[in-house]
Amino acid sequence: MASELDVVPAITTRRDEAQGFLEGLVSKGLGWARKYSLFQYPFVTACCGMEYMTVASARYDVDRFGAALPRFSPRQADLLMVVGTVNVKQGPILRRVYEQMADPKWVIAFGVCASSGGFYDNYATVQGIDRIVPVDVYIPGCPPRPEQVLDGIMLLQKKIQDQGHRLIDRKPLPVVGEAAASRQE
Amino acid sequence: MDRETPHGLAGEDTRETPGSAGAGLPAPVLGKERTARPASELDAPLPSKRMVVNLGPSHPAMHGVTRAVVELDGEIITDMKLDIGFLHRGFEKSCENVTWTQCFPYTDRLNYVSSIMNNVGFALAVEKLCRLDVPERASYLRVITSEIHRICDHLTLVGAMGMELGAMTVFLYSIEARDMLWDRLAELCGARLTSNYARIGGVARDVPDGWIEKTTRTLDRVTALRDEIDGLLTRNRIFLDRTRGTGVVGREEAIELGFTGPCLRASGEPWDLRKAAPYLVYDRFEFDIPVGSNGDNLDRYLMRIEEMRQSDAILRQAFAQMGPGEIIVKDFRYALPPKPLVYGTIEGAMAHFKLVMEGIKVPAGEAYGYTEAANGELGFYVVSDGGGRPYKLGLRAPGWPMLAAIPHMSKGHLLSDLIPTYDSINMIGGEVEQ
Amino acid sequence: MSKAAIAALVERFPDAVYDAYEGVGGDDCAFVRKDRILEVCRFLKDDPKLQMNLSPYVTAVDYLGQDPRFEVVYNLVSTRTNQRVRLRVKVPEADCRLPSVTSVWRGVDWFERYCLDMYGIHFDGHPDPRRLLMYDEFVGHPLRKDYPLKARQPLVPERRVDDIFRGPGPAGRD
Repeated sequence: MASELDVVPAITTRRDEAQGFLEGLVSKGLGWARKYSLFQYPFVTACCGMEYMTVASARYDVDRFGAALPRFSPRQADLLMVVGTVNVKQGPILRRVYEQMADPKWVIAFGVCASSGGFYDNYATVQGIDRIVPVDVYIPGCPPRPEQVLDGIMLLQKKIQDQGHRLIDRKPLPVVGEAAASRQE
Repeated sequence: MDRETPHGLAGEDTRETPGSAGAGLPAPVLGKERTARPASELDAPLPSKRMVVNLGPSHPAMHGVTRAVVELDGEIITDMKLDIGFLHRGFEKSCENVTWTQCFPYTDRLNYVSSIMNNVGFALAVEKLCRLDVPERASYLRVITSEIHRICDHLTLVGAMGMELGAMTVFLYSIEARDMLWDRLAELCGARLTSNYARIGGVARDVPDGWIEKTTRTLDRVTALRDEIDGLLTRNRIFLDRTRGTGVVGREEAIELGFTGPCLRASGEPWDLRKAAPYLVYDRFEFDIPVGSNGDNLDRYLMRIEEMRQSDAILRQAFAQMGPGEIIVKDFRYALPPKPLVYGTIEGAMAHFKLVMEGIKVPAGEAYGYTEAANGELGFYVVSDGGGRPYKLGLRAPGWPMLAAIPHMSKGHLLSDLIPTYDSINMIGGEVEQ
Repeated sequence: MSKAAIAALVERFPDAVYDAYEGVGGDDCAFVRKDRILEVCRFLKDDPKLQMNLSPYVTAVDYLGQDPRFEVVYNLVSTRTNQRVRLRVKVPEADCRLPSVTSVWRGVDWFERYCLDMYGIHFDGHPDPRRLLMYDEFVGHPLRKDYPLKARQPLVPERRVDDIFRGPGPAGRD
């Protein structure tokens, strides 16, 4: 889901063209529905959590983007917002939460510690959560201003809108457990 | 509730009433087998066993990342084990590898709801080792920003406590009040949250024009919001039922466990470092130290509300008393020279170069600097080997003893009492896990 | 500030306490022999003139190159008499054990676990001697001076991240 954009073929048959048009309509509809109903799983760890609380509150309201309701169970969420520093001890837990979420799912790296480790380049911190889970949008800042966070969410919404969807999804089902850890995501 | 004679909802004795669970049987004793077999299956009491529940690291009520493994007997916690370390970012080791001034951003992110107090605490510890005297205006600015961040910390706690007990409105009001204060601090320091404001020898920059009047008006609005929060929570039946009598810590017990700050004062010990060992300019202000009596969650919550009032009083007095002056010590061995001198004179350029590249040369030795942070005694144990980098920077996190005492406070009580207890001790992940 | 405390201590334990000095900023400090630290702490807590009742801040310092290598520092405070005392205990690397003071104050529990986790200093008689902040699979003690700053021991195999340019410098690929 993270980078599944359709490649436009060089030669199209009429059947492909018709199917492409239909798929395009479905994609637009699905994209519209998904981007305005994001259920976030706030994986809050550190200082960025304070800015997350601000973004979710009355002044910089994230409810107007449709992303208001945090779902504290990964089964019910589709947007994993990793807020704050993830250290080596927390890494397996992040991986597990990510694997427990159902497709389609997106990941936002909120803050510079989640994007690249921040200035904690030491024995304890994972240098960016993209070493553990695939990330869709990186929001830098230490902590990012709420306006930056809203910009990041709008960027994610644009990405969701532009994602392609096949009519029949022939992607193999994901396998959780040790096989998934060794497989390239 | 008396656990010897089981009672039904109307207060009847369930052993006498036929048909109720336990009718005709002797009073159940936990952990022992039942001696008499019940007459029929319908009268037999339900079997129960201990359940081990993992309140995992990624949990909404665990204030960041702490793992609590509780063993439950029904809803009563019989045993509890806390696992921390899920936010350990290597603060002490990182600080050993950067210069003294570069440590300030690391200290910001310890207690991230009241960052300036960490900055000021660290600066005071290093200035103690350097034997530096800070100019008066800088002391006033440090006190003003510390107290503003203390109000922010208490607002966050009150809001989080309300939210976790179901009062979402209180959370929104307190975040709004906190946002207003952060706007003022962003005008002063440049950042809302992690301010990086104090420097060794003073503060980083002076107040902009009109800032004091604006902040006074902001404080008035924060006071109005705080009074509204107070009105919503303090006499609220649900809030009182959940916080009164839960998480009780006695006075001697709190001292022995190492509590400091509002949690210690809520248990009855009037120990506040701003009065006992005044630092900066705290001895020039008139303020009271609220002291509680029961040591339960309600007292800790009331302490925060009252301390916000006292911080407000300190701020207004500080605004009235602060006079013009220098904001950082005029010694080029510790403070960066002003830019015209850096570009104009050779001594200025050299001083700037040495301070930036090698760091401040703090004389060799060790010192323990302590301040009264929003959560308790924040201590920095600083060891220097004479170079530009700290040799050791030890942190006494105020939240640590309180967090370590959570299993002690929760054993034998309901699982739902764990939530307000966890809220009221103000565990901030950044300082607890360094 | 707390001269009376140090004087009383030296008088009571002349063989265990040595090198009492006044540190920077008026702190009163003394060195204590490591096998007597429990008695000294108990005296400091129970003596009615001193009453160091608040659980102290215990930390350790690694003086690599000196022998004894480690030093455990106890910062005691009394809320009744408003006095502060610092005790320093030198611990050699070869015999990295000292008695635990959790029987005197329960609050030093986590501080001693922290010293064990970060420096490898063991405390005899501690009720729960396990690592505090690092995970159990971690090998080594991070705050020792010979532990490299960036030596990560990952728990989850890390993905390859090719499209981010890390740039030259010590950050590199690890």
